[in-house]
Amino acid sequence: MAREENVSHPYIPNTVPEVQKEMLEEIGLENIDELYEGIPESLILKDKMNIPSSLTEFKLRKEIESSLNLNKNCDENTNFMGAGCWQHFVPAVCDEVNQRSEFLTAYAGEPYEDHGRIQALFEYQSLVAELVDMEVVNVPTFDWAQAASTSLRMACRITGRNEVLLPRTIDPDKLRIIKNYCSPDIVCEVVDYESSSGQLDMKDLKGKVSTNTAAVYFENPSFLGFIEEKGDEISKLCHELGALSIVGVDPSSLGVIETPSQYGADIVCGDLQPLGMHMNYGGGQAGFIATRDEEKYVQEYPSRLFGIVPTEVEGEYGFGDITFERTSLYDRLNGKESVGTQTALWGITAGVYLSLLGPNGMYELGQTILQNSQYAQEQLSKLKGVTSSRFNSLNFKEFVIDFNGTGKSVEEIHQHLLKEGIFAGMDLSESFPELGQSALYCVTEVHSKNDIDKLVKAIQDVVE
Amino acid sequence: MKPINRDYKVRNFHQAKWDEPIIFELHQSGERGVMIPEAEEGIVSKVGDGVSKIPSKMARKKSPNLPEVSQARVLRHYLRLSQQTLGSDINIEIGQGTCTMKYIPKINEFLIRNPKLTELHPLQDESTVQGVLGLIYQLDLAMREISGMDYFSFQPSGGTQALFTMASIVRAIHDSNGEAEQRDEIITTMFSHPGQTATAIVKGYKIITLQPDEDGFPKLEDLKNVVSERTAGFVVANPEDTGIFNPQIKEFTDVVHEAGGICYYDQANANGLLGITRAKEAGFDMCFFNLHKTFAAPHMCGGPATGALGVVEELKEFLPAPIVAYNGDTYFLEDDMKNSVGKVRSFHGVPQTMIRAYSWIRSLGPEGLKQVAQTAVLNSNYLYHKILKIKGASAPYVIGNRFEQVRYSWEKMTEDTGVTTEDVQRRMPDFGLHYWTSHHPYIVPQPFTLEPTESYSKEDLDEYVAALTQISKEAYEEPEKVKNAPYNSVIHKMDERDYLDNPEKWAISWRVYLKKTGKTKVTSF
Repeated sequence: MAREENVSHPYIPNTVPEVQKEMLEEIGLENIDELYEGIPESLILKDKMNIPSSLTEFKLRKEIESSLNLNKNCDENTNFMGAGCWQHFVPAVCDEVNQRSEFLTAYAGEPYEDHGRIQALFEYQSLVAELVDMEVVNVPTFDWAQAASTSLRMACRITGRNEVLLPRTIDPDKLRIIKNYCSPDIVCEVVDYESSSGQLDMKDLKGKVSTNTAAVYFENPSFLGFIEEKGDEISKLCHELGALSIVGVDPSSLGVIETPSQYGADIVCGDLQPLGMHMNYGGGQAGFIATRDEEKYVQEYPSRLFGIVPTEVEGEYGFGDITFERTSLYDRLNGKESVGTQTALWGITAGVYLSLLGPNGMYELGQTILQNSQYAQEQLSKLKGVTSSRFNSLNFKEFVIDFNGTGKSVEEIHQHLLKEGIFAGMDLSESFPELGQSALYCVTEVHSKNDIDKLVKAIQDVVE
Repeated sequence: MKPINRDYKVRNFHQAKWDEPIIFELHQSGERGVMIPEAEEGIVSKVGDGVSKIPSKMARKKSPNLPEVSQARVLRHYLRLSQQTLGSDINIEIGQGTCTMKYIPKINEFLIRNPKLTELHPLQDESTVQGVLGLIYQLDLAMREISGMDYFSFQPSGGTQALFTMASIVRAIHDSNGEAEQRDEIITTMFSHPGQTATAIVKGYKIITLQPDEDGFPKLEDLKNVVSERTAGFVVANPEDTGIFNPQIKEFTDVVHEAGGICYYDQANANGLLGITRAKEAGFDMCFFNLHKTFAAPHMCGGPATGALGVVEELKEFLPAPIVAYNGDTYFLEDDMKNSVGKVRSFHGVPQTMIRAYSWIRSLGPEGLKQVAQTAVLNSNYLYHKILKIKGASAPYVIGNRFEQVRYSWEKMTEDTGVTTEDVQRRMPDFGLHYWTSHHPYIVPQPFTLEPTESYSKEDLDEYVAALTQISKEAYEEPEKVKNAPYNSVIHKMDERDYLDNPEKWAISWRVYLKKTGKTKVTSF
């Protein structure tokens, strides 16, 4: 029997001609083109789109896989890049849950048929709340930069002011995102850092903060990897002037490093990617925002906030949208900022991760990262002309290596490392010119002693 | 054994119900779900415990109050929650209008879980990521054909972020020509998506909204009356969320252009137009598509997603940087757009979503894409025809001329029986189906919006119609049955009074719930 071609595309059942005919008859039409009679002839596309012909699943897999095979990944090589996306151990259960068909293909279902999704997101909120020691957490935003941007806009609405201060150590890309999000009505000003420690320059801060300041935003660890130790002083200064203290935080540090709420933060934000998400070429980012349970904060979130609600049957947990009237979905002209598709599945995945690790796992995670990165810094500092870290503060996970004493450029060193199968840290020479030839390296719990020793040897080969 | 009785039009369904506790209630001190890699002995002997170097005031004093749960129990918990979730793989997901719920091909999910994608760092040297860059570039070429635009950015991570980016570009354009102060108004239509107005407001714009006429169309005369030297831009969805396509769209964009405004197109409702009509011919300067809607990337409970943003040649310099480019030999990240709005998302967006969309396009080819549109519109019109036969249901505005979806109304049924669209929403899960009312604007009384897409068979559509017919019948015969629904769901009707809007009672986390209810921590289940 001859093979029938294109009777029905596997994804489109109603291309079966008999069924199509039956449906057209039902609605009283002769052919399918009549459905488009509402579109003027001048707008109808006459040419066939210049897109390659369809592929069978078998051929599709071959084609996409052959493209992907051109990539060289961080498993086959050794990666020391962080700078906003970090290589961490991802427990298999995180992958299992986040690829579950029900979660993967769910969207905006209602509490009565998407109960599980909404409970999982409520639990994510609750777990992150414990990690950051706050009371309210949102369904995640696009990424950390968006979380920081929205935190700043929330602060401006709460205080009725329109100036915000940010640290000069911030990721330049994040600053670009924040500035675009805050323009045109919010003024963003940058506060300098102490050249020896990298810590926020309190003198510069005191000169810039005023009763016009809505918020001071700083990060812990900073983008350049060190622990900011003056959080309490910064928050106190903010509060004296009626401004809010906003802290961006790497959640993988919070098993061992003090949580910002303990040094005065009013809003805490950050990225969930370290909590069970693969790097995905930057596609695993998801931002969180956390505050105290005070109405003036809760009412300013643009995001969805799921709360626990009783049902008419005692012993059942229901869940619903808290203060939905805040959102743009409820009120297109007066909603806070906007809400739509964000990164909810990463929130559920982060919840799975925190459930698996518990308090002990989070402590151990922080400890291994500290040990591995301290070892890397110690070994690298032994190299002639190499200083690590550039700043005399304690680093978590990331640190700045100063290559100025080697006479080599970061680019030269990194090209050599690439040949050795090592993806070196981010070159800072363009975005932080005052640091000269310096680079931001990242060491986490995934790195072995051998990985680090190999890095040290490879750098030694170039610089000595 | 007798076969299942098919005489009943609706399914005898009951959702899984596990009485599953909150994860904190599963805490058992000393349990753990996973072991974290330890630093090797050779490292520990050199640096010690690592944590004692933390300055004392910066060391965490109080351990986070996370639950301690064994691995199997964590897994069982989340799988039970997944069973209590009705994703589009499980149900006939036509009840989520404006969201284009369609079949998620499993091959695409398999492909994007390849370590050659998942284990890539976004700052890797370009020479090591030629595969992913090449796929993104090929997607760009396909999107250009589909829209008529000249360049695409895949940085926006969702429809609202794409709308925000387009509003940012409008501002950047007028900034660059010195008209930003003067042009402070964005015009839109009432049935466009709320994200269009909300994002333009964040960019500092005043919103002018064109109201629908008696047939649901925005009026060209109204537009002419509001355009002026203050017009910065015009944003519209076409077809709108009512499913009504404005045939005068080119006249609209011409009027706005004459006034010096920029026209940007929300193509969240583009599924019925693939290969049929394009943004370029309708006169738009920019448009975006939701890859997680029209191009079959999954919605993932609400992201991550991609709002693919296309612009005409002249606007390339305003795009967020970088975009993927090709020099005939090598793919690279082009970063030198001189009036770029900067960035809107970290790194390059969500590559998994881009590759899913590209795979889907390659699975269909140009003919297949057109079949998608035609079948989706056929399905929508078939459903429309059937729904209008249900007692108490209607579809306000123009008769016929509907595309991908329709916004329907139960106004008559509510008047006759007191049963509201919210009641229907609670009853539908009893038949294993999702049903959504509608988002703002709440102009259509007792609304519901259905979008059957190309993924559903005639039989699927008939089943959905049968469930709505059953509910209508119940509403007229025994309204309390609908009002007290659901019966076969995970939970019963919620007691929403106070708990959602009262600060004294709302509980947005477990710790607040315990605090406000005076309960102590439950330590085991």
